[in-house]
Amino acid sequence: MAEVEETLKRIQSQKGVQGIIVVNSEGIPIKSTVDNSTTVQYAGLMHSFIMKARSTVRDIDPQNDLTFLRIRSKKNEIMIAPGKSPSASGFQASC
Amino acid sequence: MEIVYVYVKKRSEFGRQCNFSDRPAETNVDIQPDPSQATNFIERDPIDAAIQCASDMSEHEVNTERFEMENEGVNHLEGGWPKDVNPLEMEQTIRFRKKVEKDENYVNTIIQLGSLMEHCIKQNNAINIYEEYFDEEETADVADEPPSAKTINVFRDPNVIKRTATHLSWHPDGSKKLAVAYSSLEFQRSSKDMSYESYIWDLENPNRPDLVLRPSSPLVSLEYNPKDSHILVGGCYNGQIAYWDTRKGGQPVELSTVEFSHRDPVYGMIWLQSKTGTDCFSASTDGQVLWWDIRKLTEPTETLVMDISRKGVLENALGAIALEFEPTMPTKFMVGTEQGVVITCNRKAKTPAEKIVGTYSGHHGPIYALARNPFFPKNFLTVGDWTARIWSEDSKESSIMWTKYHMAYLTDGCWSTIRPAVFFTTKMDGTLDVWDFLFKQNNPSLSVKVCDEPLFSLRLQDNGRFIGCGSKLGTVTLLEVSSGLCTLQRNEKNLATAMFERETKREKILEARHREMRLKERTKAEGKEEDVKVETEEEKPEEQLARVQKEFFEIIEAEIRRKERAAKLSRAQVAQRPGLPKGWGVAV
Repeated sequence: MAEVEETLKRIQSQKGVQGIIVVNSEGIPIKSTVDNSTTVQYAGLMHSFIMKARSTVRDIDPQNDLTFLRIRSKKNEIMIAPGKSPSASGFQASC
Repeated sequence: MEIVYVYVKKRSEFGRQCNFSDRPAETNVDIQPDPSQATNFIERDPIDAAIQCASDMSEHEVNTERFEMENEGVNHLEGGWPKDVNPLEMEQTIRFRKKVEKDENYVNTIIQLGSLMEHCIKQNNAINIYEEYFDEEETADVADEPPSAKTINVFRDPNVIKRTATHLSWHPDGSKKLAVAYSSLEFQRSSKDMSYESYIWDLENPNRPDLVLRPSSPLVSLEYNPKDSHILVGGCYNGQIAYWDTRKGGQPVELSTVEFSHRDPVYGMIWLQSKTGTDCFSASTDGQVLWWDIRKLTEPTETLVMDISRKGVLENALGAIALEFEPTMPTKFMVGTEQGVVITCNRKAKTPAEKIVGTYSGHHGPIYALARNPFFPKNFLTVGDWTARIWSEDSKESSIMWTKYHMAYLTDGCWSTIRPAVFFTTKMDGTLDVWDFLFKQNNPSLSVKVCDEPLFSLRLQDNGRFIGCGSKLGTVTLLEVSSGLCTLQRNEKNLATAMFERETKREKILEARHREMRLKERTKAEGKEEDVKVETEEEKPEEQLARVQKEFFEIIEAEIRRKERAAKLSRAQVAQRPGLPKGWGVAV
């Protein structure tokens, strides 16, 4: 438990990180450092996106798997680390 | 050679019906083929003959019906929670979350993903791999491409009876909307079925107007308030002023009273810069310019009669069509009239007589557009009759530069907001001309045929790239100009300054010569007067009048004689043009 907290705290303290959301495989946000409405919005939007990305990668090569997903936009970057079950996603402001 | 056939007929047989009868065919001439003629011809061998064996095909054009699209949004509620957990109950969600967190798998995965995430974040912070290199270096001049304009969108009047799009106004923030005033400017031509509505269009949706404005009389001019993008003020065909708030819908919030409004359609309407942001002024062909505060439209705050003799007599007033106001010079404004005269006025003058500062005449017909150059406020553009003219405030006698006389009447014009020497004009034959006065002065740099019917109004968007033009049938076409015409070229400002100064100086020199010639004539006349004065101390006014008349006729006769001599000379020398001596400012 403590390691989890420590890991998340470490990520949060990095420069430019605006927030972290931990989502389980069903898309339910488990832990979040931002307010509820934003969490729900991100979780909902990212879920289908991750599924699509993962299926794309595996379609091209079934042995392959998605390790990391970055969505870079003008204002910030959304980084998603998909795991088997919970997936963590963080968003960072771009320089 | 006359062929005559004479026949004789009894008088009693005149007028009888024709008695036709059948007879079998007779061979009149039978020409047999003559083989000896064949020697006159040469046989051709080989011969090329083209034949095609293909199925017959026909060409058809099909246009699908306009696809009406509507945007709708859906709002999702929070989901994904297992059945026994109610997402709205804090306790249950917290309990669920705690349960998940206790799972060992959870802990491992988080730690693993955490390190992965950290790695990427650190990567981001170390080097910005998406960095734009060479951002500050501007791309080299792509000036080689010829100027062009592309039609982006067309907004048609949805009514059956089409009205002219008389005025366009862009939305002040971001220019995503365009307000268009529709009315029929033909005298007494508006039928009972003609709708009075004017529309605000959203650029994304050309099928349906964003908002419908319903005045009591068709709108001739319409303007967005630059300070508050929800307020619009419009001038009606019957002379009233109305203002709308787009948040309140299509009915005008307030309408000015008929007694105090204009008596003619309100052609010009401009918002003023004021602290309250509610002042505007309007001009109409009834000869008045009225100032309004839209909070109280029952009567105008100020009036001014466009009478150049400065007496404020309404009968002598000139009908005003175009208004010009520059926010950087809040006390001065200019009015373009139906008679072809531009009047500059000072708002803050003490007496109405002083309000009219000066006049500039030069156009033969009504001045439909009047605009100051955004970079050189002393120079302004007037569009009227068959030319567009550029004036400088200093030279009152004539314009400093003008375009040639066109085949079609010019209806509207405006300066480019980005390039100081570029301006746009529209004509009655449906073409939009783009003039680049630094590059070419005798022809427009680009002439685009927008539509077949006359174009009546033109408005440039603030970024200088998009132009909306309104036509007689209510079609508003949105055009995008090529980048060459809307990016500032190197040195352009200096070149434009030099050009305007040079032309102004030229006009000043011409004016000075003009004045000199006039002075000379006057001193000659005065010289004769002085001799007469020596003899008689006081002269009776009648004698003075007679003398002046005599001298006047003498001068005229001298001129006529001079002209005849010049004409005789020119007839001897075919090449030269006869005319008045230079310095008399003959307008071409």
